[in-house]
Amino acid sequence: MDARIGIRNTKSTLFKGLIVFLAFLITLPLIIVLLYIIKQGITQVNWHFLTHVPAPVGETGGGISNALLGSFIIVVMSSIVAIPVGILAGIYLSENPGTKLAYYSGLCVDILQGVPSIVVGIVIYFWIVKPLGTFSAISGSVALAIMMLPIVIRSTEQTLRLLPPSLKEAALSLGVPYHRVIIKVIIPCGFAGILSGIMLSIARIIGETAPLLFTAFGNPYLSSAITKPMETLPHLIYTYATSPYDEWHNLAWGASFILLMFVLLLNIFTKLITRKWNIQL
Amino acid sequence: MKNKRLDLSYSQMKWETIFKQILKIMSVLILVLVAGILITLIVESMPSIKSLGIKFLWGKVWDPVQNIYGAYPFLVGTLLTSFIALIISIPFSYAISIYLGEYNPKGWLSNLLKNTIELIAAVPSIIYGFWGLFVLVPLIRTFEMKIGVAPYGIGVFTSSLVLAVMIIPYAASLGISLIRMVPSPLKEGAYALGATHFEVIRSVIMPYTRSGLFAGVLLSLGRALGETMAVTMLIGNTSAVANTIKDAIFGPGNTMASVIANEFTEADHTVYLSALIELGLVLFFVTVIINLIGKRIITKFTNY
Repeated sequence: MDARIGIRNTKSTLFKGLIVFLAFLITLPLIIVLLYIIKQGITQVNWHFLTHVPAPVGETGGGISNALLGSFIIVVMSSIVAIPVGILAGIYLSENPGTKLAYYSGLCVDILQGVPSIVVGIVIYFWIVKPLGTFSAISGSVALAIMMLPIVIRSTEQTLRLLPPSLKEAALSLGVPYHRVIIKVIIPCGFAGILSGIMLSIARIIGETAPLLFTAFGNPYLSSAITKPMETLPHLIYTYATSPYDEWHNLAWGASFILLMFVLLLNIFTKLITRKWNIQL
Repeated sequence: MKNKRLDLSYSQMKWETIFKQILKIMSVLILVLVAGILITLIVESMPSIKSLGIKFLWGKVWDPVQNIYGAYPFLVGTLLTSFIALIISIPFSYAISIYLGEYNPKGWLSNLLKNTIELIAAVPSIIYGFWGLFVLVPLIRTFEMKIGVAPYGIGVFTSSLVLAVMIIPYAASLGISLIRMVPSPLKEGAYALGATHFEVIRSVIMPYTRSGLFAGVLLSLGRALGETMAVTMLIGNTSAVANTIKDAIFGPGNTMASVIANEFTEADHTVYLSALIELGLVLFFVTVIINLIGKRIITKFTNY
């Protein structure tokens, strides 16, 4: 009897050891990737790197200013489209649970969340690139806006659902019209949750490459024309990483470093907000 | 004075209706968007559906120069990479779920580990692809030479390894919250009967959360199927069908997403382009169905 208990206890301990080992082992790839990118990238980054366009093959130096500007413009444009639509649709979903429209919209948000990003790229190619006759920053922004939407909608909906109904009821009982209740009471109360959803969605789209392959395409020159092809950080990394030249690889390592830092900072900042305001996403 | 007040409240009421309409329009917009995506994919893949028919799906040759299109190599490539990735990732995602859900649900170490695992999902896939191409590929090449297969370095196995790491957070973060939801009377009952910690996990927690953990695995499968950039950079992009199982696993291949990424801008005639879009349509259906089943299971589970 004692021996059996001994075996069972040993089994339990061994199992725990295995679980702990596996759980911590998986952080290893992340740490290795982070350290490697930092090691390769940080030596590339300097003022010249941030303010110059990539050098042609055979020349040293050059930077990624075209991709920085392009990523910034495209992310701002997609945010302008996706944030208002996402917040309003999220409000509808949280305010009208149980209606048929809310059910089917919710279903479509789930579908949108699962659509592979490359498929979004194909669709936008036919919606915008083909009618315009050229790759453009606009088409890239729309593709990324579609990727942003489900995240913004879901985070808005879930934040607003957590607010106590008494808040809204109190405002309504004072005779405040519905739209003012939403704008002046509901949105400010859920602001931190909505904001962290927006930041997460930006962190997600800034690294997206696949939808940009057939939309914003890429451009080796500094350009701010939104109806022309535009370079972005992830697309620059893709083209330069798969090129055969060492100098271009170095450029891509530098760009990866900047992209990675941006994404990580955005994520950590979001974590801090959600911790401070005690939000569950 | 009185009239002015009335006017004001009328205008407020008008605004209220307009606001409600705007909310409604926005959520109708989401419906229209998804319908539009589906319709565009179907319409644009019509030329290929018409000229190639259903046998497109199991045609073994993809040769745009000869105008022969078969999706079989990409279907196999997609399934193979995703399932190998899934098999590698499951022990890890279950281990993380059990560790952070049961053994160590609170405290700074638990928080740190949870946040670290969420960061895995935050790193852009292009960066995994780039790192894989320059660091992992040489390692795999040495490994392949040791076990005696053709040392390509790039290929299905390499992409599956990177994919496995990328999809772990999706199954894990769901698993953690589900295991934390197991009612403690159930666990305490088992402890009172003299069960060890391992026995409680095996006979109480696992059966209770089985369907939810399965849903998490489905969600990560959906991610793996549609993942494009890392796979495109690592899989080697060849549309030939491998002859042996060894070649199929360690040799280069292609997935539906990677062939679209590589050939879409080069496709120079209607059927070629539309065959690629048909691949996109198949990908869309498969990922959507897997995601919806996963979400349905989760909703059922959390509404108990």
